[in-house]
Amino acid sequence: MSVIYILIIIGILFSGSFLLAFFWAVQSGQYDDDFTPAVRILYDDQQPASRADSNIQSETIIKNANSTDTEMED
Amino acid sequence: MSMERFEYDNKIVRNFAFATGIWGVVGMLVGLIVALQIFEPMMNGFLAFIGIDAQYTSFGRIRPLHTNAIIFAFVGKGIFMGVNHSLQRHCMFSDLLSKLHFWGWQLIIVSAAITLPLGYTTSKEYAELEWPIDIAITLIWVIFGINMIGTIMKRREKHMYVAIWFYLATFFTVALLHVVNSFEIPVTMFKSYSVFAGVQDALVQWWYGHNAVAFFLTTPYLGLMYYYLPKAAYRPVFSYRLSIIHFWALIFIYIWAGPHHLLYNSLPDWAQSLGSVFSIMLLAPSWGGMLNGLLTLRGAWDRVRQDPILKFMVVAVTAYGMATFEGPLLSLKSVNALSHFTDWTIAHVHIGGLGWNGFLTFGVMYWLIPRIYRTDLYSVKLANLHFWVGTLGFLFYAFPMY
Repeated sequence: MSVIYILIIIGILFSGSFLLAFFWAVQSGQYDDDFTPAVRILYDDQQPASRADSNIQSETIIKNANSTDTEMED
Repeated sequence: MSMERFEYDNKIVRNFAFATGIWGVVGMLVGLIVALQIFEPMMNGFLAFIGIDAQYTSFGRIRPLHTNAIIFAFVGKGIFMGVNHSLQRHCMFSDLLSKLHFWGWQLIIVSAAITLPLGYTTSKEYAELEWPIDIAITLIWVIFGINMIGTIMKRREKHMYVAIWFYLATFFTVALLHVVNSFEIPVTMFKSYSVFAGVQDALVQWWYGHNAVAFFLTTPYLGLMYYYLPKAAYRPVFSYRLSIIHFWALIFIYIWAGPHHLLYNSLPDWAQSLGSVFSIMLLAPSWGGMLNGLLTLRGAWDRVRQDPILKFMVVAVTAYGMATFEGPLLSLKSVNALSHFTDWTIAHVHIGGLGWNGFLTFGVMYWLIPRIYRTDLYSVKLANLHFWVGTLGFLFYAFPMY
């Protein structure tokens, strides 16, 4: 079963690099804000034809999001 | 402050969307032929009767065509469609690479559709394609990766949305699995032999095979779920924090679950048990993710009643939950002793493949196509009909097999 050792080594090296990616993500502050990213994706540039004029949905979202300071200025 | 203008390459998304649809039809049609052959083996003789040589449509050749078409053509194109669309929202790195990626992958799929019925196969499940195609897959996959990572590097938004992490894990892990499992010695243009032998080959094969399910059918689609479900529901995901935990827990556990495909064979007992243990552990992140998806719709269930897109997505996420509950169950030795070699396994993969991947693909396509064309769905009624025929279809399909 020599191949299992190769697989385990590959597995550990691979998960090790994912672990480093995880540490990087935490250190660099990727996860400091766990609210706005979920809201930010809801802004969209494209709507189907019938919805192009109604911004009611996005307004409510903006109202909610403003409370935690999103990057509206950019 | 000046207005910045951004351009998105919608054409590539459209191409992938069309390809998803076309290959979906092809893959499912081949599936139907396979199913008819199980029900009535004479079907193959019938095809010979209408002038198709029976060897090309025999079960052994057509079945891998069905699985490859569904996994790598239909679901694969669905992944590329979603990744190319959603990642741009946060513009692709290179439109040229996108084109190479699209046409390269098409070529691979077409060569699969030709070589499999001709009988060229490595005989490794989900990795049947012979070595020249394996090399092509590696090249095109790397092009996909460069394009995706390039896009992420030049992002304007510092935070990487959870979906991006799912896409990244998909790229790296599939690359690793494909390369290691494809170590083979070519003897002729279309025949090669695996460098691993016996049970060692089986272990590598299922380390690959199970993680193809994990990192080709699951993680990219979870990325799509975390992007398109909130978009379709106009609501942020129930818990963003949970989605992050879902991601990290899932990828660290998934890779070790492969040996559960090799219960009761000559694989060392401890390795079989280890595979089962990790499979049971997977229940937690999987159901965390499923509940996260469904709870995103809290307060929006009235819209689910009217909106076929949300209906498709709800059924998809529910099917994800069902399949990921069954998976650990089937990986238990005592259950597997009963279920192995029965139709349960086939029902299980179709809840995953059709219920989860298929329905999420339909939901995403119904959401995405009216937006890139700036039009409306031709007929919501037809979409609803699609939903009901599809849902009843796969339930009637799966339940008798249980």
